[in-house]
This record gives sequence, structure tokens and C-alpha cells, in this order.
Amino acid sequence: MSRRGANKSGTRSNETTAGWLFTAPALIILGLFLVIPVLMAAWVSMSDWNGRGSPFASTVGFVGSDNYRQVLTSEGGLQARDFGTAMRNNFWYVVLVVPLQTIASLYLAVLVNRKVLRGRGFFRTAFYFPSVTSSVAIVLVFLFLFSGSGAVNQILGWVGINGPNWFADPRGVLQLLLGTVGIDSAPSALLDHGFLSISWWEWLAGPSVAMSALVLLAVFTTSGTFMLLFIAALQNIGGEIEEAGMMDGANGWQRFRLITVPMVRPTLFTVLTLGLIGTWQVFDQIYVGTQGGPAKTTITPAYLSYTASFQQQNWGQGAAIAFILFFVIVVLALVQRWVLRERTTVSRRKRYLPAQTGGGQ
Amino acid sequence: MNRTLSASAALTLVATLSLALSGCGGGGGFDGESAAPEQEQTGPVELQVLIGSSGPAETDAVTAAADAWADESGNTAEVVAAQDLNQQLSQGFAAGSPPDVFYVSSDLVASYAANGSIEPYAAEMENADDFYPNLRAAFTVDDTYYCAPKDFSTLALVINTDSWTAAGLTDADVPTTWEELSAVAEKLTTDTQVGLTTSTEYQRLGAFMAQAGGGLVSDGTATADSAENVEALNYVKSMLDAGTMKFSPDLDAGWAGEAFGTGKAAMTIEGNWMIGALAADYPDVTAQFAPLPEGPAGPGTLTFTNCWGIAADSQNKEAARQLVEFLTSSDQQLAFADAFGVMPSVQSAADPWRAANPEAAAFLDQADYAVAIPNNEGISDVVADLNAQLESLATTGDPQTILDSAQSNLEPLLGS
Repeated sequence: MSRRGANKSGTRSNETTAGWLFTAPALIILGLFLVIPVLMAAWVSMSDWNGRGSPFASTVGFVGSDNYRQVLTSEGGLQARDFGTAMRNNFWYVVLVVPLQTIASLYLAVLVNRKVLRGRGFFRTAFYFPSVTSSVAIVLVFLFLFSGSGAVNQILGWVGINGPNWFADPRGVLQLLLGTVGIDSAPSALLDHGFLSISWWEWLAGPSVAMSALVLLAVFTTSGTFMLLFIAALQNIGGEIEEAGMMDGANGWQRFRLITVPMVRPTLFTVLTLGLIGTWQVFDQIYVGTQGGPAKTTITPAYLSYTASFQQQNWGQGAAIAFILFFVIVVLALVQRWVLRERTTVSRRKRYLPAQTGGGQ
Repeated sequence: MNRTLSASAALTLVATLSLALSGCGGGGGFDGESAAPEQEQTGPVELQVLIGSSGPAETDAVTAAADAWADESGNTAEVVAAQDLNQQLSQGFAAGSPPDVFYVSSDLVASYAANGSIEPYAAEMENADDFYPNLRAAFTVDDTYYCAPKDFSTLALVINTDSWTAAGLTDADVPTTWEELSAVAEKLTTDTQVGLTTSTEYQRLGAFMAQAGGGLVSDGTATADSAENVEALNYVKSMLDAGTMKFSPDLDAGWAGEAFGTGKAAMTIEGNWMIGALAADYPDVTAQFAPLPEGPAGPGTLTFTNCWGIAADSQNKEAARQLVEFLTSSDQQLAFADAFGVMPSVQSAADPWRAANPEAAAFLDQADYAVAIPNNEGISDVVADLNAQLESLATTGDPQTILDSAQSNLEPLLGS
């Protein structure tokens, strides 16, 4: 806003109109293609619309929370168990992918940001390449790499490991690990109680071997994108700060932990948030690669929402799953925001002067 | 003043948005039932045909047939091969402008019947009695026969003849009972080859249930946990335990046909699509097709079929029915069989088909007793869950437990 506008109220009102006028295209497009469809989906999730004709026709009835109860409570039977399984699968996927891809991308960014590195441009391009490749193509390549006699198992064979038939193996990784220490049957406390219609023992199965391969795929494809964000952040850290750290006698790891990481914290927040949202919405790898198999260990809420709607004609339930997923993402994003918030006070242990507060950065 | 201005701006925005919304309504998507006018058009009509094609051969054959009908009747018919048939159909139904004629698989016919998307036209067809009764049953929901089966497949035993002779077996050894099947599977199992393979799904193992006299649904009640079904799965498990049978994922194959074609298995249980698949992908493999062996309750196999659905919202239902009559006529089905290897769904085409495909007669010989997958609404979820559990049959899975859980999933569907 120019100073002239602040002085003369008449011009200011013109500017307000102009402002609305200029933002109108964006607002209309957002409204038409985002807000209205979301509201329509919200209605569908509370209706008994069956996919024929308009969801706002007089024949479509309001059923309240029926669709939500179908997937959230045990009265839904198979549907509720499928949803529980999908949440379990996706939970482990998120728990593995988000930290791994964040660490991998930060590591790659630090690596290619070093001034002494020869051929930096080459490495940056190479690491970024998976991000610009079609995810369908990468899924297909992974299906070949991780087939029973594929390249991955051949390499594992060199070191004497008999690799699993990755995309056909429904065994849970955590239960496999527990099996190696002799725990191969569940205590009844875990079998009899559960969450979202599946028992705690099923939650504890961990990601299946097939899902683990998809975790690797996700880390491989997204690290490059996030590496780019981290490079931008790293380039904003002045060389003199690094030098100051050196003068104070900090070694490489200390400089990374105490200077680099705090300085890229806003980017870290972005990467974690984007990662959290993206991983909870995983769909295309499942749709192209596994179709939910083996033994339903790769169905995710997003994929379940699709199959419930388009294959079973259970549109209300599909929309309900989508909204539950939306709330899960919002809640987790808020939790993560709270965990990563900027502390305005410095903890007592880290203070240089006993009485002084603040000014930690 | 500033506040009133923004308020008016907000009002303008709301007005614009609601205009946009009502604009959508005018487009026909959101204004209720008016999108489904009942009157038939007169004069030449344009039909939209949406097919889930197996490949260019099928698309070309159906297009040629539709063009032939168009020339004959003076109408036009445009054939489109769907990328994702269910999704594109759903979009059409929701928008009130579905294609006129399309493929519907037997497990989805009940869902489309329940929401009134498809027209029950099939009983009025001129050649209605010519279709196999068990195929008609596959498209009958609550005693209404909805749509005409376009063709069908059955499962048969596919035998690699080279392995067969190498194991010292002759034509007289082709198994006709479960005991004989186990015996030849054992003889055919070598260090590099397993006797029998198939996939871990009800769509294959259900044939054993049929041979034992079982099934998921009989007379409208859930019978997934019947003693016959347990017996069938126990029999399969006995071969798995003996190592004479392995599921195709355990042979590192995408499907059983691949395991068979690459020589990892000497026999498999697959449908008549194997003929085309072998010719295209494994031309060096010579195969023989035999009816599935009989179980304790006699012969049994599964059949798979799609029908020609006609949309209830179509404005040209009469013309669409004529097109379907043309496409399901004996001559036209024989042309399809020739082009992309399906079996005609009408009995009058059986003998010409046998004459043209003597080596594949086993598939058609089983047509009379082949059973279709139950078509109750929501059954595909139950079958998907059963399939997920059948994957454990080779390792820890217990037939009774697996079938009990299928039963508990099935009962709510049939009760309601």
C-alpha cells in the first residue's frame, strides 16, 4: 500500500474494491474447485447417496453420523476392520517415512552444499531426479527391483541374505523381529483389546514387508524435493556464523547440531508438515503398485475411500473416510506445530548467566 | 465505512459464488431427477458404448461389430475403451449422463441394481432363452434378470505336455478325481518345477469348494463355514504341505499363468484366457486343457462373466437393447471368440465354437455345471477379505478359522 492511500480515505476505498477485484479470480477458482466440493463431500458423508444422479436430489436422505459410525465403531463389521487396518498400515508408513525422508534430505542437502564438493551440480541434479520423475514409472521400476528374483534380492544374495518376496509378503516387520527373540504369539491382553476394530497385536505387527518396500520408495522419491528446500535454507546461513563456531572450537558435528539445525528450523517445520500431510494421503503407489495387497497390508485410508466409493458404490462411507483422514491430518499437524514451537526462554541448563532470561538465539 | 465496504465486497463474493453454484446446477449435474427424462428419442440415435477392454484386439472387434450394427440400423454407435471402467461408469451415473451400453461384471451387478443405475432389459430379449441358465443367474438380482451375459470363461486344468511326458505320464493319466490330481502333482514335482500352481484367491480355490459340494452362498444363506468348504481347503492344504502345489506368488510369478509359462509349474488352474496368453507370451510351451477333476460331490468349476449393461438413464434404451441383441447373437459372439478368445454365452454357438477350437473344448464342456461367484451386494468386500486370509493358507492359515471369519462377514450381507 502506498502512503497516498493511507492519507486519503476516498482513494483507499477504491483500492479496497480494486483489491477484491484483483483477488476475485483466485477466490472464485478456490471457491468453485475447493470450498464447494469440500462442502458437497461433507454433505455426501452424511447422506445415503448411492452414486446415481445428483447428491442433492430429493430422494437422497440425511443419515447423520451413520457413515462415520460404520467405519469407526465395531458395528460396521468388515468395513470397520478394513478402516482400522488401513489406519494401522498408514500409521506405520508415516512413522517410518517422515523421519527417514527428513533426515535423508537434510543429509543430502548438507552434502551437496559443501563448497569443496566437485561436480555439485551433477549431484544436485541426480538427487533431485526421482522427484521430477512420474511416480507411476518409479513404482513400476520398484516392482521389478523388489520382485522375488529382482535386483534387490540378488544383491542381498551376495552377502548371504535370502531376501523376502517383497511385494507378496504380508508379514509384519515388527512381529518378525519379535519372532526372532521368541515372541511369536500374542498375550491375550493384546488380542482381546484394540483400537478401531483391530486388536493391539495387529497394531503391533508393524508395516508389512510389502509396505516397507513402499516406505523405501517414498523416501527415495521425496528426499530430493525436500533436499531442495534445505539447500535454500542452508544458503541463507552466512559463512561467518560457521566461522564463529569454528573459532569457538566446535567440531563438525557440534556445528551441525548447534548451528545448522537451529538455523534451518523454519524449513524443518515446513518439511515435516508437508511430509506428514503427504504420507497420510498416500494413494498412487497403492493404486498402481499393490492394490492394497498382500493380505490388505497396504490398504490406506485414501485408497479405501476410493474403493468404497468407486467400486462398492458406498459413496457416503468413502466421503466419511476422507473426512476422518482430514481431521487426523489437521490434529497431527497442530500437535507437531506445538512440539516444534519456538521457545522464548532458554532452559536453565543452557543459560550463560544465572539471572538472565531470553535471547537464546 | 471501511467495514461496510468490506461487507458489501463479501456480499458480492457470496453472490458470485452462489451464481457459480447455480451455474453448475443449470449444467445438469446437481438438479435432482430432471436429468433422467423417460421419453425415448425417435429417428436415428447415437449410442455411447463403454467397454473395459483387454487390449486392442477386443476394442477393434467390438468397434467393428458396433459399426456393422450402425450401418444396418441407420444409427450410430461410438465404442470407447475405458481406462478405469468402474470409475468412468460411476462418474456417468453421478452426472446423470452415463454411456448407453457398457460392461458390468457379475460381482457389481447388485450394487448397480440397488441404486437403480442399470435397466433390467434382459428378459425381453429375443434370444433370452438361448443364454446358459447359470450365466443368466449370475445377472439375476432378487428374481430380476438385469442384463445379457456377453461371454464367459470357466476354469480348467492346464497341463504342460512336455513335463507330462517327461514324467512318464500318458493321456490315460489325466486326473479325474482329487486322489489322481494329488498323485500326478507329486509325479510332476521336480527340483525346479512344482506339480500344481494357482493363485491364492477364492476365484480359483472356490472351484475345489464347488467340487466338494460347497460354496459361499446357497439358497440365499451364508454357507462359507460349511463342512464341504473346510474339506476343500483341507485338500488344498494337503497338497501345499506335501510341496506338490505352490501358490504363484511363492513361485515369484505375477499370476499362475506366468508360473506355468516359465516352467516353474507343470499344471495350473486357469480360465480360457490362458490360450491367448500362452500364444502371446510363451509360444514355445505346449499345453493341454482338461476339465477340473471331480471332488467328493462330483464335477465343479467356477465361471466368470460380464454382461452388456444398459443405463436406466439412457435416452435410447430401445436402440441399446437392439445393439445388445446384435452383439450377443450367435454369429457375432463367434466372431468375438475368434478375435479375442472368449467363449460365447449362448448355447446355439456352442457347437460351432467347439468345431473351431477343438483343443479348448474342456472349457466349454464344463459350462453346464460351472457356478458363478455369488452376486449379492457387497460380496466383493467379503471375497476380498477372504482372499487376503487365503494368502496364509500355505503357511499358518487354518481352513476352519479362515472360513469362520468369511462366514461372519457374509452373514450381515444376507441378513439385511
